[in-house]
Amino acid sequence: MKIAISAQETGWNAPVDPRFGRAQYFVVIDDTTGEISYIDNRANANAGHGAGPNTASLIADNDINVVITGNGPGGNAARVLATMGIGVFVGASGTVRQAYEDYKAGKLMRQ
Amino acid sequence: MTQYQTQLKEQFMRIAVASGKGGTGKTFLSVNLAKYLSQFRPIVLADLDVEEPNSGLFLKGELIAQEDRARMIPQWIPEPCTLCRECQYNCNFNAIIQAKNQIMIFPQLCHSCYACADLCPENALRMVPQKMGVLSRYRIDNLCFIEARLNIGEEMATPMIAQAIDYLDKNFSPDILQILDSPPGTSCPVIEAVKKADFVILITEPTPFGLHDLTLAVDTMKKLHKDFAVVINRYNLGNKDVEDYCAEDNIPIITRIANDRRIAELYSAGQLVYDKVDHFSKALGDIIDFLSLKTTVK
Amino acid sequence: MKEIVIISGKGGTGKTSITAAFAYLAKGSVVLADCDVDASDLHLLLKPEIKRSENFYSSQVAVIDGVACTSCGACYDVCHFDAIIPGTPYKIDLISCEGCGYCEKVCPEKAITMKANLDGQWFISTTRLGSHLAHARLGIGAENSGKLVSVVKNVAKQLAQMLKLDTILIDGPPGISCPVISTLSGATFAVIVTEPTVSGLHDLKRVYEIARRFRVGTGVIINKADINKNNYNKIREFIDIQGIKHLADLPYDTTFTKAMTEGKTIIEYTPDNIISRTLANIWPQILRLTENTKKQ
Repeated sequence: MKIAISAQETGWNAPVDPRFGRAQYFVVIDDTTGEISYIDNRANANAGHGAGPNTASLIADNDINVVITGNGPGGNAARVLATMGIGVFVGASGTVRQAYEDYKAGKLMRQ
Repeated sequence: MTQYQTQLKEQFMRIAVASGKGGTGKTFLSVNLAKYLSQFRPIVLADLDVEEPNSGLFLKGELIAQEDRARMIPQWIPEPCTLCRECQYNCNFNAIIQAKNQIMIFPQLCHSCYACADLCPENALRMVPQKMGVLSRYRIDNLCFIEARLNIGEEMATPMIAQAIDYLDKNFSPDILQILDSPPGTSCPVIEAVKKADFVILITEPTPFGLHDLTLAVDTMKKLHKDFAVVINRYNLGNKDVEDYCAEDNIPIITRIANDRRIAELYSAGQLVYDKVDHFSKALGDIIDFLSLKTTVK
Repeated sequence: MKEIVIISGKGGTGKTSITAAFAYLAKGSVVLADCDVDASDLHLLLKPEIKRSENFYSSQVAVIDGVACTSCGACYDVCHFDAIIPGTPYKIDLISCEGCGYCEKVCPEKAITMKANLDGQWFISTTRLGSHLAHARLGIGAENSGKLVSVVKNVAKQLAQMLKLDTILIDGPPGISCPVISTLSGATFAVIVTEPTVSGLHDLKRVYEIARRFRVGTGVIINKADINKNNYNKIREFIDIQGIKHLADLPYDTTFTKAMTEGKTIIEYTPDNIISRTLANIWPQILRLTENTKKQ
């Protein structure tokens, strides 16, 4: 399963970005292999309108199963993620590592 | 009633009431001016602050007509679609995206430019009407009140304002005076609202905030080549800077409305003030005299 | 990072004056951001010294190359915004052009290009209160898409990181559309300033709905609280039912305006005034509420 966490940088120690559509990066963790990679979302983060849906489209294209973020995506992005069957967990803070551990411990809220 | 009011009657004018800043008294002035004038002649008042149409809170009238207003948005037809992503590339507003094997459309972001549908190589998109708001027409004696109300969730005000103005163009003979209660700010919506007005009243306050936002509104009116003048609300608060600015820039000040707790109280309760506070009735008279001169001298 | 937003729904309720009072109390412990980019006023009270200014490009407009144009009318036929002016050559009405780019795609001579539109400017300033301010000015007739708001917030965040501060105090825009959504997205706590008028409760409900959707903690200040008893009670009833924190009532008072006219915050102007004392009391309370919201 591939988990994407909205972040301001890349890697385990990157600070979580509470925003979904305007997050610069998504750190991607494959929890079966333990592999870590990232999605560069800078083009969408700087868009005028429509940052949310385009980010969601990019997430879907990368075959992500679960998104972890701070405040939760807006209506349009939430619609794309729901349609694609991608789970959304909110309330993440601190570093990517912390967010991932909180998610594993069931501390994050499913939207 | 002054000597000019009979003359004003012969002339068509569409007057927009606007301001750079919110809360300076646009709706307050619009509804009271319209109701006051309607004692003497037929008047049309249109509330174009479609995000927050508040004029209707002050006018209790009879509903004459109501119609839904729509704008055109694309609809996906899956069968012919080859998932080529051309529509996503052709949309400059990110209102249509391809997510894996689906095309998804975001009506709030769509500007109805038709590019995605017209340029789709497989004809897999068609433009269909989507309801964006409601136009209502009320009658209160001599006053015809048009309310344009944007649906909650619609983020774009401009198309609704454009349709309301289109309605005014089509439904009223050109000898009836029209007053437009405009949205605040200096961005797209207010430009759409004042674009086709003959004259703009900018209402402001004699404070540093009022002055700053007035200068922005003045720049906007100049850019649009509009004829305009200023009404100072809550006069005797603040300072003389707004007056000095107007004098320096040769901007006429039509009248000054005194700051008055009684006005604030009546207004907060949703009441009209034109016939209850003498100094305010006099200020309305000043505005009508000014507009009369404007139309006769032209 | 904590983001405290002062917001109102309706314009003219006193949110900028209240933001300025909090800015005075917070001194250099916060970074300020003015997200009311359409009619920003906070700088009038803070007398900022601009340290950096940048152009902001967001939307596009079509440009026709007069030499390449053959006046074939293909662009005119597809434009839905009456933005093409026929002639030799054809021209663009820049005020009407929405930047959709349809004309560019159909021009057989490739005479039309889309060019970035200067939609405004943003600034980093120091203020006389010892804090930094991120602010901006949207261009006339530009579309307030929320992107400039997002730029201002990002700049404020970077400033806070650089200065090792953990709180951003934001003066929010009026209304409920795009710019408000961008302001509340990622915020920790929203102070909603309302007034007991017929439109006050209506606008409070709409802006609260957005704050709730973004899981932003909320508190309410009722300004001009004594102007209408009936509407005041309705506001209290609404916030009680929703569980919104009632922060304070402020009386109808021209002192805000007098202070503003002097270019001062109300607390500098009359520290003993009831409004000044009330605001001084609730600022630490808001900081505590922000802590709680963050821990949830």
